[in-house]
Amino acid sequence: MTTIESSPDTVMAASSDRDADSSSMLESVAGIFTSTDHKTTGRLYLAGGLLGLVTAVVINVLLSVERIDGVDTVLGFEILPQLVDAQRVSLVFATLLPLAMAGCVAVVPMQLGARSIAFPRLASSGFWMWFGGALLTAFALLNNGGTLGSEADAVGLFIAGIGLMAVGLTASAAAVATTIFTTRAPGMTMRRIPPFSWSALVFALGLILVMPVLLGTLAYVFLDHRNGRTGFGGNEGIFTWVGWIITQPVTFLFAIPAVGVLAETAPVVFGKRTPVRGILFAGLGLIGFAALGGVTQQNVQNLPWSGSRLNVDDVGTKLRDLVPFLLFNAVPILGILLVLLVVLQTARPEKDTRFKFAPAIVFAFFGFGMILVAMLGNLLHAADDLALQGTVFEEATVVYVVYGAALAAMGAVIHWAPKLFGATFDSAKVTPLALLGLTGTILAAFPLYIAGFLDQPAGLAYTDDDLVIWNLISLVGHSLMALTVVGFLGLLLLSLQGDREVGDDPWDAQTVEWTTTSPAPRDNFVDVPVVHSSEPLLDLKTASGSNDRSDT
Amino acid sequence: MQALPAAPAPAPQRQMLVGVSLAVVAIVMLTGSMLAIWALQRREAIDTVGNWLPDGVTVPEVPTNVMLIAFAGICVFGQWAVWSAKRNDRGHTVLALGCTALVALLVINAQAFVYYRMELAIADGTYAVMFYALTGMFMLLMIIGIVFTTVAAFRYIGGRSGDQEILVSHAIYWYAMSAVFAAIWFLVYVTK
Repeated sequence: MTTIESSPDTVMAASSDRDADSSSMLESVAGIFTSTDHKTTGRLYLAGGLLGLVTAVVINVLLSVERIDGVDTVLGFEILPQLVDAQRVSLVFATLLPLAMAGCVAVVPMQLGARSIAFPRLASSGFWMWFGGALLTAFALLNNGGTLGSEADAVGLFIAGIGLMAVGLTASAAAVATTIFTTRAPGMTMRRIPPFSWSALVFALGLILVMPVLLGTLAYVFLDHRNGRTGFGGNEGIFTWVGWIITQPVTFLFAIPAVGVLAETAPVVFGKRTPVRGILFAGLGLIGFAALGGVTQQNVQNLPWSGSRLNVDDVGTKLRDLVPFLLFNAVPILGILLVLLVVLQTARPEKDTRFKFAPAIVFAFFGFGMILVAMLGNLLHAADDLALQGTVFEEATVVYVVYGAALAAMGAVIHWAPKLFGATFDSAKVTPLALLGLTGTILAAFPLYIAGFLDQPAGLAYTDDDLVIWNLISLVGHSLMALTVVGFLGLLLLSLQGDREVGDDPWDAQTVEWTTTSPAPRDNFVDVPVVHSSEPLLDLKTASGSNDRSDT
Repeated sequence: MQALPAAPAPAPQRQMLVGVSLAVVAIVMLTGSMLAIWALQRREAIDTVGNWLPDGVTVPEVPTNVMLIAFAGICVFGQWAVWSAKRNDRGHTVLALGCTALVALLVINAQAFVYYRMELAIADGTYAVMFYALTGMFMLLMIIGIVFTTVAAFRYIGGRSGDQEILVSHAIYWYAMSAVFAAIWFLVYVTK
């Protein structure tokens, strides 16, 4: 036997270990595919959403490069029309919706003190349907499909892919809503559920209202496209009939969990109970009015007052115009302002304020701000007199919403990483990254607001050379957002690989999920906790005198 | 780690009932939106072309009216299953579920007969596309309902006779389907 040979026993043992390793790897892969643990499903949604975010940011960078020259093509891609389609679909269906659903599926059952999500197989199959639909949509776009494609089968596949994503998201939303209604811990009334869970409920119910409308419309559009294209306008009809799902105000509905993240983290950071919870919940509910855009299949409920029509000569007509305009565009703003009011009230310095910095709130606050800006922008977009419809202004609003929600989602990942991954992020690097994301979002979207006022048409082409500068700045913004996403993924990987000590309650939080171990076990809780207030953990700390935040 | 007092694991609070109710909301939104677009296209066609129903196409009214009556029967059978289960009347419960599934199958058969009598090709224009999309989607919901009935029956036969929640949920599903069909019947088969 030479020195480099191993003894037969060692070889056998090593071989056996390899077999065991490969077997356990197979088991773990199979476990991911078949898991009914809501945290696994949520992590899968998160991975899908982050992949979608990367895709969306790359597409936005490419389209921004193409837009630098409004006359000639810069990149010369044959699939440029498909990229235009892919931009909206990836922003809303591959980024905004899965990221929102990730938080709802992964976190809500823990927040409710439940051992599992209701209908776990439904929630899991919802993810796989969404994932399959996303793959089909991407495949269709790569094969000359989409609303501007010329390959009929690929266009049909594009419609089917979006339909499948809608079914999957509705299935997961039904599981989330049922969980909130039925599997709360003993003592946790609906008024005692955490703000994030409430936002998840509004989001899930909104999806249940909106997605079937999309599905029904898609059924018509699909069959019409396959059979004559007489009633629904062929390819271009797709956007005419279902474009409302990827524009405002429906996108505000999809961003409600992002608003919930700020409402959840603010009381933790300021060490106070959420004041006027009823107002907070009402605010989150009012944002849900954005679902009106879906259930009425309207892109814009505009204010048709321009020129002489601005004169108040017919109060009845004005009121008929004003009521739907306000319902669609102003009520969600009222809702988000109420949430902001409660957050500011929470942050107001008082004698007993015990501030403890939690890095997630920086991302959450910036994301919230971007969504608020988008809502205000949408209010302007709907006014006919400003002539913003049909310009890039509307695209800027979508970018504000989706990037804002993505920033808030990053905050959510940082906040709940101890429970979901058993890891914490490096706090020192989080704030600069959030600032980079904020800068990227503003630079990507705000110049398009200006370009919209300067009448740059939606799409890629324009003739006015004065618009080049705004498109260049937008390119810089999208590039900074790309850096933010890369930085966040890097931090996530580092935190997953790191061996930093993770406490069970690292943020000194108030809600039930922080009473279990980090990471949370498969069934979340060894014993189902009894809840006596909205902030049960804070009650416990106050009672035991362990609410000292002297380390801050 | 701070520990909250433990409680015994709470029994699920009507998960099936809430889940089915949410599904019913989704079904109402789905068919409601399809009927809304139907009404919109119908009005536009009448305003522009003058008629909505293609020339030479006749809607057979007898089978569609029978379908509506059949739904009244389905509601009765669904509630009969709930009523019998509450009285631990195993035989009647299974019989009621069987009748529900049978009548639901008859509704599908009636719809197939309507397709056969109308002799309408799917590529015959907007009306044909929308007619097949709407009724086809409804038939899909019927098949889901029959699967639900079968599952409820097998669970009951398999010994879960105490689980009456699924029977209540099952009845709610068929009530909703009846309401949805009534709307389809009025808009598609009566006003044409």
